[in-house]
Amino acid sequence: MAKQVIQADGTRIIENERAFSWKRFMFQWEWMLVLMLIIVNIINISSSSNYANFDNIMNAMRDFLDKAIVVFPMALVIVLGEIDISVASIMALSSVTMGMAYQAGVPMGLAIVIGLLVGTLCGFINGIILVKFPELSSMIVTLATQIIFRGIASILLETGSVGGFPDWFNSFGWGKVGSIPIILIFTIIEALFFVYLLHFTKFGRRTYAMGNSVMVSKFSGIKTNKIKLIIFTMAGLLAAVAAVFLASKMGSVRPDVAKGYELDIIAMVVLGGVASSGGKGKILGCILSILVIGFLRYGLGLVNVTSQVIMIIVGTLLIVAVAITNLKSSFGQAKWVKNLSNNIKGVKAQR
Amino acid sequence: MNNSTLKKFFSDNVREISLILVIIVISIFVQLRSGGNFFTPENIADLFTETAILAILAVGMMMVIITAGIDLSIGAIMALAGMIGTTILKGNQEINPVLIILISIVIGTLCGMINGALVSKLRILPIIATLGMMNVFRGLTYLVSKGSWVLQNDMSRAFLNVATGKVFGINNLVVMALVVYVIGYIFLNFIRTGRKIYAVGNSEESAQVSGIKTERILWLVYTIMGAIAGFAGILYVCKFGAAQGETAVGYEMNVIAASVLGGVSIAGGTGRVQGVLLGALLLGLLNNAMPLINISAFWQEAIRGLIILLSVMSNSLIQRNVEMKALRRRNI
Repeated sequence: MAKQVIQADGTRIIENERAFSWKRFMFQWEWMLVLMLIIVNIINISSSSNYANFDNIMNAMRDFLDKAIVVFPMALVIVLGEIDISVASIMALSSVTMGMAYQAGVPMGLAIVIGLLVGTLCGFINGIILVKFPELSSMIVTLATQIIFRGIASILLETGSVGGFPDWFNSFGWGKVGSIPIILIFTIIEALFFVYLLHFTKFGRRTYAMGNSVMVSKFSGIKTNKIKLIIFTMAGLLAAVAAVFLASKMGSVRPDVAKGYELDIIAMVVLGGVASSGGKGKILGCILSILVIGFLRYGLGLVNVTSQVIMIIVGTLLIVAVAITNLKSSFGQAKWVKNLSNNIKGVKAQR
Repeated sequence: MNNSTLKKFFSDNVREISLILVIIVISIFVQLRSGGNFFTPENIADLFTETAILAILAVGMMMVIITAGIDLSIGAIMALAGMIGTTILKGNQEINPVLIILISIVIGTLCGMINGALVSKLRILPIIATLGMMNVFRGLTYLVSKGSWVLQNDMSRAFLNVATGKVFGINNLVVMALVVYVIGYIFLNFIRTGRKIYAVGNSEESAQVSGIKTERILWLVYTIMGAIAGFAGILYVCKFGAAQGETAVGYEMNVIAASVLGGVSIAGGTGRVQGVLLGALLLGLLNNAMPLINISAFWQEAIRGLIILLSVMSNSLIQRNVEMKALRRRNI
């Protein structure tokens, strides 16, 4: 994040590297999430004696990580200033096509590949529509494709379901390497990949730039269409990966699988401090928010809080989190305005 | 002179005229395919009754979308208002149905005020704020109902008659929808506050500079949406004779689709009441017609999605064309 200093004669100096400041380091949203995570865990430990146990925590993670797989690409979509409501429908469609391919006699390995390809294609379709029609908002496009993808899934499978997958496939979702679930290992690798992609590559910097202003990025020579297309396709692909894990955990596929997941996924991204207006946010925040929401749900479930109350709590948490970040940024804005007005005063004084 | 006014009328109402054409074409097609089952008095009455609630909601959603916002919580508000209204009714069968409807409207208004405060005062992006509140309202609905349903037997005759009764041979719901549209039309076209909604949608900053209290307008819009959702919620429950936690899940998507079909731009600032009415009618027509020509229920969802997608895409193509023409006219 480059800082702009407007000098008295009107020229702007853009500092690439800001000096390290303890104050800024401590006032990060991620600390808030760490605090929330600690509070959630303290509450969980004190309310249930079974909680603080390595195996239980691993099992809890296996429960909520299928959504986490889609959180990272969704974070990129939101950093871009867009949104993808269709991810849950892509999960449904790709798992249904995978199941049907298997049912038709395709070997399981190939069926998985077909499912992944279908998911990628869905994401690509979203991307290509948005690239060809830049004036359409991604919300309305993915809203329509959400209905279409799930509609195709229910045309294919009607009200039926496909199950009876081979044993190795079923053990894949529940499976562990040592005592660590496979899905956790996958998510960690994915998270590291996305940290690298968003924070250490040109691609990531360009994504931030596009989130701030597509127009400016375009004029700066960024291939905005290509980046948009890649990110939406990636969201489709990873939704399909999540669908594979989900199908393996459930042992069967249905067209209404993962209904409403998109809202949970968006909630996790936004709670992670990714500004929904685009251009801001870190993968680390998303990782923390996945853990906060996941453990909160798990802990509340352990002490028999009904799912309805959990809904209310998660909804409130989302709003409070966003409200706090908003207050912080409006404070920053006020400061920025003050600096600017001081500069103007300085110019007048010189004259 | 006459020719040019006609031309102006067409260019001003491209969206409405093309919607009417699409509706006519689909109607004729369905009439032919279904062997004359479409244009029967019963079916047409059915079509309007089915569409009434969707159409009522679309007016509110239009105002929200005009301010470049969105409200995802209306399905949940409908469920909450309907549930509280009928739960009260269950305890006291003697209560006048009008009072029940008023109570639901008040509940909806309160929910809408919360949404509005979050969007206008705390500056939370509408999609996020209403997404969060959707969870909260839906959760509250379950808490109020304690997981049980309020069924037709628990509702008084007088209340159920609201949805089935008729005024001059027209179903009450259709009459209510018409009243809402007339009020909406007058409010958005001739009342100062209504015009301010468009101003805020076009550019919030310019509106603020011109002295419009934008925060208040935003708050108002979400409150109206809430009130309408409460009203529609109790009608929905009354019509289907059951209130439950899952009432109207995902209904917001239908309403948004109707508004967008009616030419309301998600970017804000544009949208007209007459367009939205036609958009809602088109969506209702599709729902009504697809079973008539034996399209299986499994196909209906995908077809509906495709139609929404094609309509927004063709809309933006028309828009581009118009802009190109405007540029050419100025020899640029």
